[in-house]
Order: sequence, then structure tokens, then C-alpha cells
Amino acid sequence: MSDQGSYYQRDRSWHPAALTPQYKTSVLRSPQYPLLSLDNTISEMTGPRFGHEKIGPLDNDLIRNFAKTGDPIGQRIIVYGRVLDENARPVPGTLVEFWQANAGGRYRHKKETYLAAIDPNFGGCGRTITDEEGRYWFRTIKPGAYPWPNGVNDWRPAHIHFSLFGHAFAQRLITQMYFEGDPMIWQCPIVSTISDKAAIDQLTAVLDRNATLPMDALAYKFDIVLRGRRSTMFENRMEGN
Amino acid sequence: MFQRLTTLKESPSQTAGPYVHIGATPNWVEITGVWKEDLGLVIVGPDTRGERIVVKGRIFDGSGNPIKDALVEIWQADAAGLYNSPEETRGQADPNFVGWGRQPTDAATGEYRFETIKPGRVPYRDGRPMAPHITFWIVARGINIGLHTRMYFGDEETANAECPILARVEHKFRVPTLIASRSEENGMPTYTFDIHLQGEKETVFFDI
Repeated sequence: MSDQGSYYQRDRSWHPAALTPQYKTSVLRSPQYPLLSLDNTISEMTGPRFGHEKIGPLDNDLIRNFAKTGDPIGQRIIVYGRVLDENARPVPGTLVEFWQANAGGRYRHKKETYLAAIDPNFGGCGRTITDEEGRYWFRTIKPGAYPWPNGVNDWRPAHIHFSLFGHAFAQRLITQMYFEGDPMIWQCPIVSTISDKAAIDQLTAVLDRNATLPMDALAYKFDIVLRGRRSTMFENRMEGN
Repeated sequence: MFQRLTTLKESPSQTAGPYVHIGATPNWVEITGVWKEDLGLVIVGPDTRGERIVVKGRIFDGSGNPIKDALVEIWQADAAGLYNSPEETRGQADPNFVGWGRQPTDAATGEYRFETIKPGRVPYRDGRPMAPHITFWIVARGINIGLHTRMYFGDEETANAECPILARVEHKFRVPTLIASRSEENGMPTYTFDIHLQGEKETVFFDI
């Protein structure tokens, strides 16, 4: 990788700010000092890579990977897309993790007390490794909206959490995927931590009727973009490698 | 019309939320049988080279309360200062050390804890050695984008004094927020690294 340099600087006006008071928990959990900017060193330009031996055959099938007595209840969907970098190059061989509530908006977590029922056949976790073209896919149940103690009557839109490793610790990212057409996207204090509508649109998966399995499952397409790398042309300084 | 740059925009970050463990450490929240073991809970094996150490601490919010729903990830070099990553071009890292770990903060006490090894030194961009360090990445409910910091070792005073990264901290009184104190715990060298998200003792966080 000696022809490649640092990762592009993060556009922190595109990302959410740390302090977003409408999302109340951020008030005491946001640093007040400015971040200290650093050129990437090898500590940030390297990162863990996970092999297929860690991944079980049902890890990307949330309809089956926790099932005890039958299929979970809810809208069967396929979520698929590509992991790309900012240069539109695929990011192959990288671990993608996802987690979500069930069809009623209930998470399987010991701290969760929402009265909607647990689904005995739904766990809510999955993971996969992107193929050589950066593609991933998984099968699941469309999650329900979910109330949370922020404002008196705040509800999260239907969403799936995503965790991405990329090829370097500098690319590490956790985000959330929303669903096209959901009116609750535009009332959510967590969504609105992002100030640019185009950035919110980037987190909104689109319904893809062409990828739908007839009489089986709807399909949503969700591409994810990680930081891209500079080429080292006209640079004569060490890149730490 | 001007020509246009064709680069894409990075997907914007969102908080990991309070239930990050469902995806990151499902067995830890009793979602069992989906995968055999949670990734990153065990970093060292019997064949890992280097000095065994414990790294532990708590993460405090701006009111001084420890955070009990955070997820902490670390990334570090092996004992010889090599990263176990395909992007490492300086040599072959210890194959028995992944270098990456992940732990939740304890639901009762807020403590995180890693059993790992002390990393060797790795070079800065210009070739000067950085002091031994472990890179931290912290996500939690209320944190909109993961926070990067580094832990340095309190018993590496000489290396710390010449580290090009620590030298970049303009307000010198903040350098100690990056340095873990060493003690002994059941015969194991133990480094305590408390992280303060906000306030007087606020830890230095990096835009890398």
C-alpha cells in the first residue's frame, strides 16, 4: 500500500456534532475542548481484519439465526448494498455488523423495558463480510418504531444499526439505516443531529422492487461510504510505511 | 460549468445507542446461540509474545457519573511494535495477537477491563518513534460520533517525553489525561486509564 497515503479528513460538518441538545444524552457526553487534529500515523492507517472462519452460515440471516419454534413475526425483508470508499472503490473483505429491534419495536436487551412483546424467534443481531466487490446482504424482519425517554413523546423511526470496520481504524464507523418514506425520520432528535438533509438521505435505504423475492421478501438497498485515501503523488514525506 | 469533483461523501455517523451490545457483544446480553463467542473479548492466548498487562478504567460524563452503557474498542501493536493488519508493511506481526479488543463497560460499576500485552514502539510519519500507546475508540448512547483517544503508559516517562503526538498537545496540563498509572493487581501489571468525556479533567480526543 505504499502508493496510498492518509485518509481524507473527516467532514465534521457533515457528521453530527458532539453537542446536540435536542438529543438530551449528548449534553453531558460531548467533549467541550476541540478535538486535536492529527495526520494519520500507522496506528490509524492499520486495523483489524476478520476472516470468514469467524462467521457462521446463519450470521446474516436474522430470520433463522435465533429461531426456536418457527419464523419470527413481521415483514420479511432483504437488506443489501455495497461498502465503498469516498473514491467509489469497493471495500472488500470487511466485517459489517448490524442490530435492531423486532417488528414491534422491542429490543432483546436486559435493560430494555418497552411493553411491546419479545419475539421468541428473533434475536436481532447479524454480521457478514463484504465480498470482493464490497457487496453485503442479509435477511431480516423490518423493525418497528420505538418510543424512548427523551422528549415526553419521542419515537425512533424504524432503523437498523450498522457497524463498519473498513481496512483501517481511521475508517471505523457506527451509523443507522432508515427506511424510504418513513414520516418519522423527520421528527427524530437523533436523525436531526445531522444538519444536512442530503446527509440524512444518505442513511435512508430505498425500496428495490427489482430485488424483491416474489411471494417472499421485500428488498431495500443501502450503500455505505467509508473514508477514502489520498494518493501519495507529489509527496515525498514518509507515510509511516 | 466548472468540472465537478466526483468523490462520494462518507456515510454520516449516528450514535451506537444503549443497545449496542446486541450487535457487538450479543452473548454478553444473553443473546446466546447465534454466534459462539463475542469478538474481541479475548485478545491474548498462551502463545502471544510480550508482557501481560491489564488495562482498566471507567468513562465519566460531564457530571462525574461513570457511563454504564459504553462500548470500548482498543487497537494496538504487538510487543515488537508491529500491527496485525494487511496494511502493515514493515514486517510480520505476532500471528498470535490480533491487536484489537472490544469490551462493554460494566452495567453495575461502569468499569471496562482488557487483558492484553504491552505494545512496542511504532514510528511517527517522519520515522521518529512514538511512545508505546494503545488507541481507544469509544461509542455509547449520547455519543454521536465515536471518540478516538490514546492511552500512554505512566512508566514510560522517557518515551512519553519525546513522543511527537504528546508534543502536539498545546495545553500541557492536559497531557496527563492520556497517561495511565501503573499498579499491581494479583501480580499483574495493571494500568488504570479513566476517561472523562467533558469538564475540568476532560480527556484529549483526536480528529485522526
